[in-house]
Amino acid sequence: MTIPGSELEIHETETPVEDDSVVSVAGRSPTQLAIARFRADKLSMISFVLSVFIVLCAIAAPILVLLGVLHPNDFHQELLSDDGVAPAGRFGGISWDHPFGVDPGAGRDLLARLMLAITSSLTIALTGTIFTVIIGAVLGIVAGFSGGFVDAVIGRIIDLTLSFPQTLMLLALSGPVVVMIRQDVADFPGFGFFTNPDLANGAFVIVILAAFGWPPVARVVRGQVLSIREREFIEAARLLGASRRRLYFKEVLPNVWAPVLVYVTLLVPAYISAEAAFNFLGVGIKPPTPTLGNILADSVSYTSADPMYFFLPGALLALIVVVFNLVGDGARDALDPKSHR
Amino acid sequence: MLAYVIRRVFAGVIMLIVMSIVTFALFFASPIDQASFICGKNCSAAQKAQTAAAMGYDDSFANQWVDFAKGVVQGRDYPDDPELRKTAPETIVHCDAPCLGYSRERGDTVTNLIKDTFPVSFSLAISAFVLWIVGGVLLGVTAALKKGTIIDRGLVGLSLVAYAFPTFFVGLVLYKFVAIKWGLTDIPRYTSIAEGGVGGWLSSLTLPAITLAVFFMAAYVRMTRSYVIESFQEDYVRTARSKGLRERTVTFKHALRAALTPIVTMAGLDFAGLMGGAIITESVFNYPGMGKLAVRASSDFDLPTTVGLVVLLAAFVIVANIIVDLLYAVIDPRVRLG
Repeated sequence: MTIPGSELEIHETETPVEDDSVVSVAGRSPTQLAIARFRADKLSMISFVLSVFIVLCAIAAPILVLLGVLHPNDFHQELLSDDGVAPAGRFGGISWDHPFGVDPGAGRDLLARLMLAITSSLTIALTGTIFTVIIGAVLGIVAGFSGGFVDAVIGRIIDLTLSFPQTLMLLALSGPVVVMIRQDVADFPGFGFFTNPDLANGAFVIVILAAFGWPPVARVVRGQVLSIREREFIEAARLLGASRRRLYFKEVLPNVWAPVLVYVTLLVPAYISAEAAFNFLGVGIKPPTPTLGNILADSVSYTSADPMYFFLPGALLALIVVVFNLVGDGARDALDPKSHR
Repeated sequence: MLAYVIRRVFAGVIMLIVMSIVTFALFFASPIDQASFICGKNCSAAQKAQTAAAMGYDDSFANQWVDFAKGVVQGRDYPDDPELRKTAPETIVHCDAPCLGYSRERGDTVTNLIKDTFPVSFSLAISAFVLWIVGGVLLGVTAALKKGTIIDRGLVGLSLVAYAFPTFFVGLVLYKFVAIKWGLTDIPRYTSIAEGGVGGWLSSLTLPAITLAVFFMAAYVRMTRSYVIESFQEDYVRTARSKGLRERTVTFKHALRAALTPIVTMAGLDFAGLMGGAIITESVFNYPGMGKLAVRASSDFDLPTTVGLVVLLAAFVIVANIIVDLLYAVIDPRVRLG
């Protein structure tokens, strides 16, 4: 069994390849065409603008807290009704000072808490996506390019990973792994910040998302690589003596970014929703640090006293997920002109 | 065909062995000391060592795994102590094959715990499955056939929104508002067929099954729609049309048949995953299924139950994979098993 590319090692010391001498041709690149298609789609553009707004909110929230504009942790017992639980006034205590009302039991400003929640939920979802895509892309490229034994081994690892019940592993590992992150990982120099419970809990959620989320990415990338590796420019790079790493990351990777990008835009909303579900099961960042999940989990106890506190975060979460999904769908349609919708 | 089945089953068994080793390794590396959990806080070092020995926790990782594997094949005794068997046989719990472990917290074998909870999870999975397959595929096909019309747009939009609400949120709305606050249905409480007859059983499953089905239905509407649309553009559909076949025959015998193949795959795997308990739905409605068992096991650090569940669920998925691949060959004439 010969592994394609195994003969490369011999030439590795030869002169590096110059491949940046691509002649620019008049006309539009596939990327420009895709962007034009995306912009022509109204729904995609609207959701893109909304998603940018959501991301800006997420970035602005911690800054506004530092500047003293938002007060997510100030208690306002005076805004609660006489029973000390439900907010006084209609619709969860909406007022000019608190446009989204206050949370039951504590009277904290819900707008501030929700904005900060978007920050933490998006951070977890994005970091989880980045790790998922890195693992998936690297293993997919290696599997697709190496073929043979390596491909078979990675294929089995994918099957193995997919056969694990993810939610059950999440629950079962949360105790021990969070302890491990807070004690053992935090002992490494430079990782001391993991003693912070929020960071340790968040890191655990990210680990689980990435550890069980990468197989589909690897499969998609592998499929792409299988068709790319027979193309002439790979042959050319190989003949010029490109190293294997160069082939993987400089020649192949730029050509698989389109499906990866589509996956990224669809993973982010899936992970936002997963983070919320994890919190409902008691895993993830704990209050008082707000996340969309732990606000919703907290609101479960107040469904009859303050339904607004339950429906508002739920609707916000659904809105964010819909918007990101629409951007993902738009990106897929724009990048793959063959898809008919 | 038979050779293929044998090869797949063999590969599946190997996969299960590897998977159980990985599971053991993951939990074995856990910093939580099982023995001190079982024997409590005020436990002397000697007592702790005794407990660990009785439960086999003092053994090496490899030996513990071998004991587990032996238990699955031939059953085992807890504690496995020949001395004790002579002096006090009544304290020994025998666990028949396939033995998945013994839970100290529940005071029962994991196999029995699963036997008690499996019917609940299975009922939930099968009722949700029927809902989402019938609803998802029918609506998906409708949307595809009416592509571009207001019906199509409405269905796609609705499924997008339904897909965005997390399962626990849908479940809580149904449970806390529809059932409790507004009193539109009875408060859901699991009723087995033996207790309430088929009618009582079905009505006790309605709300949780809807909860579980909403998410999958939304996904299946979109998936079915795109497969069917894609399938109508295939050459064999044009061939069928140019042969002069009636449009109905073209739609049902040619286009849909090919479009449904990948859906069978997805449905089989999704169902297998659910059979092992819908953790979130069971938690919301407080149904005593395997999902609930898993939640309790992990909050009590009940490792034997957790490991047993993980291995069993993986077995479900592996078996479902084999069945689905065989079905594939039956449905899609292009697929040849080799």
